[in-house]
Amino acid sequence: MAEPIVKIRELTKLYSQGEIQVTALDRITLDIAAGEFLALMGPSGSGKSTLLHIIAGVDRPTSGQCLVQGVDVTKLNESQLADWRNQNVGFIFQTFNLIPVLTAAENVELPLLLTRLSRTQRRKQVETALEVVGLADRAKHLPRQLSGGQEQRVAIARALVTDPALIVADEPTGNLDSHSAQEVLSALQALRKDAGKTIIMVTHDPKAAAFGTRQIHLEKGELSQ
Amino acid sequence: MALPLTYNFRNVLVRWRATLATILGIGLVVAVFVLVQALAVGLEKSASNTGDPRNIMIVRKGSTAESTSMVSLAQLQIIRYWEQIARNEAGVPLVSADVITLISQPRIDGRGEANVSVRGLTPVGMALRPQVKLISGRWFTPGKREVAVSQKMARRFAGFHVGDSFRTAGNTLTVVGEFDGSNSAFDSEVWMDADETRSLFDRQNYSSLLVRAASPQAGQEIVSRIEADKRLPLLAGPEVKYYGDQTATAMPIKILGNFLATAMSIGAVFAAMNTMYASVGSRTREIGTLRVLGFRRRTILAGFIIEGALLAAIGGVVGCLLALPLHGVSTGTMSFNSFSETVFEFRITPWLAAKGMIFAVVVGIIGSLLPAIRASRLPVITALKSV
Repeated sequence: MAEPIVKIRELTKLYSQGEIQVTALDRITLDIAAGEFLALMGPSGSGKSTLLHIIAGVDRPTSGQCLVQGVDVTKLNESQLADWRNQNVGFIFQTFNLIPVLTAAENVELPLLLTRLSRTQRRKQVETALEVVGLADRAKHLPRQLSGGQEQRVAIARALVTDPALIVADEPTGNLDSHSAQEVLSALQALRKDAGKTIIMVTHDPKAAAFGTRQIHLEKGELSQ
Repeated sequence: MALPLTYNFRNVLVRWRATLATILGIGLVVAVFVLVQALAVGLEKSASNTGDPRNIMIVRKGSTAESTSMVSLAQLQIIRYWEQIARNEAGVPLVSADVITLISQPRIDGRGEANVSVRGLTPVGMALRPQVKLISGRWFTPGKREVAVSQKMARRFAGFHVGDSFRTAGNTLTVVGEFDGSNSAFDSEVWMDADETRSLFDRQNYSSLLVRAASPQAGQEIVSRIEADKRLPLLAGPEVKYYGDQTATAMPIKILGNFLATAMSIGAVFAAMNTMYASVGSRTREIGTLRVLGFRRRTILAGFIIEGALLAAIGGVVGCLLALPLHGVSTGTMSFNSFSETVFEFRITPWLAAKGMIFAVVVGIIGSLLPAIRASRLPVITALKSV
């Protein structure tokens, strides 16, 4: 096996709730290969979202290592992490998290505003990303003028517009009907197949997880493959 | 890298109901600020329209206003034929010995009475004040108990229109003309013949002398000659400076205005703060999303401050628009120098409007500072989990 894109070693995350200490992640060790579509499953509170957040560089572990493309994200400071996320990770949320006052195209363009690309280059990449998710004709629509499934596809376009190697999705179908969920999952699957993206998806829906190339389960902060 | 301005602008507009109240609040504060300043500017403008740089004003030493000054006939005789004083074609020295007296007149709107300055002067005195122009009727004829009234005073006091007459000091005076003082201090006066004023009001002396210097050099000589002459306990100085000093009347207005604006701006800052806190609160997840996408804390901070400034700037425009209809409207106040009604116009200059806008933006920035700091300090995970 080639060098994994994500290398997790002895990753532990503790929360203190008042006097009680909760172990969200208990010495997790995990490798994720480039081009995988990994489904992270587990019941609520199993720590799957926490794991995803640490891999994506929005949360920090209590101890352990998390190397993404050779970079230990646990060692980066706030600003470095912000830049790193912008360049290396595409994020898809359960609640889509589009900016309501911006059009679909403007939402997709947001991550590109932090790059050195010119206006025309940005426009071009936005157009391409929206075409990939099949929403080129909705570019000028505001989020509230789109269906849930369309909103999530705009979010996918936003996640892939910077061409990151890694795309993380936190319950991407949790707020969608089964038809829209199907669309979104197919779009993610296509990203892996056609563009070779590595995708990590948190879900508790076995049907959604079936779209992945590998499924792993978390239970009380521990892996149970 | 900053967030696009359209993002801030649309966010201000999208919550228009909540922001409207804040915009109006800031607008009102700016309107008050601009209007009070406009009064002060109007007063200063009135003073600066009054003096002629060639004229020298002579009053009694120690008096700050013509109405409290006194120049005797003997003193006039000493000065009148000095060679430093210019003469007209007929060879008459351009010296105007004026009598200023106060009469009490009822206001046109029935809100009691107020003091009005009456200036007794000669045709030479009128020639020394070319900015004053007759606009209806005619000038007064000496000895006939006739007066001319400034148009602005005619609009404020009863019995001051052409053809009207009023009683004062046991005599009935008839208004035969109205004049326009081109926004000068003379807009606050009633004019009549000098000697007639003296006899009517039983005055032995004149109040002040206005003389036209033959040259700037001669003007200086007049000032120093009066200073040096022991027989003349008088104070001479450029007419421009005399009226400039009168703008001290504007000081209480300015102080009151600044006090009002400060007090109101504190309220406006809290209004802006409230709106911006609400805005941050309802957009917590949005802030988390922006952070995940790679936007830094200071970008979020700047974004919310810009939004607050934008909000306030709209309020500033509203305030200026609210104030604008009063531009050029004349109003009056009691002058603390002459103790008589002084009329002047609200003058909203572009600089004043700019000051109003700056004021608004400062209010917006101060008001949004704390909410913006709060927004930028939110931990990403907490922000994302908020609904």
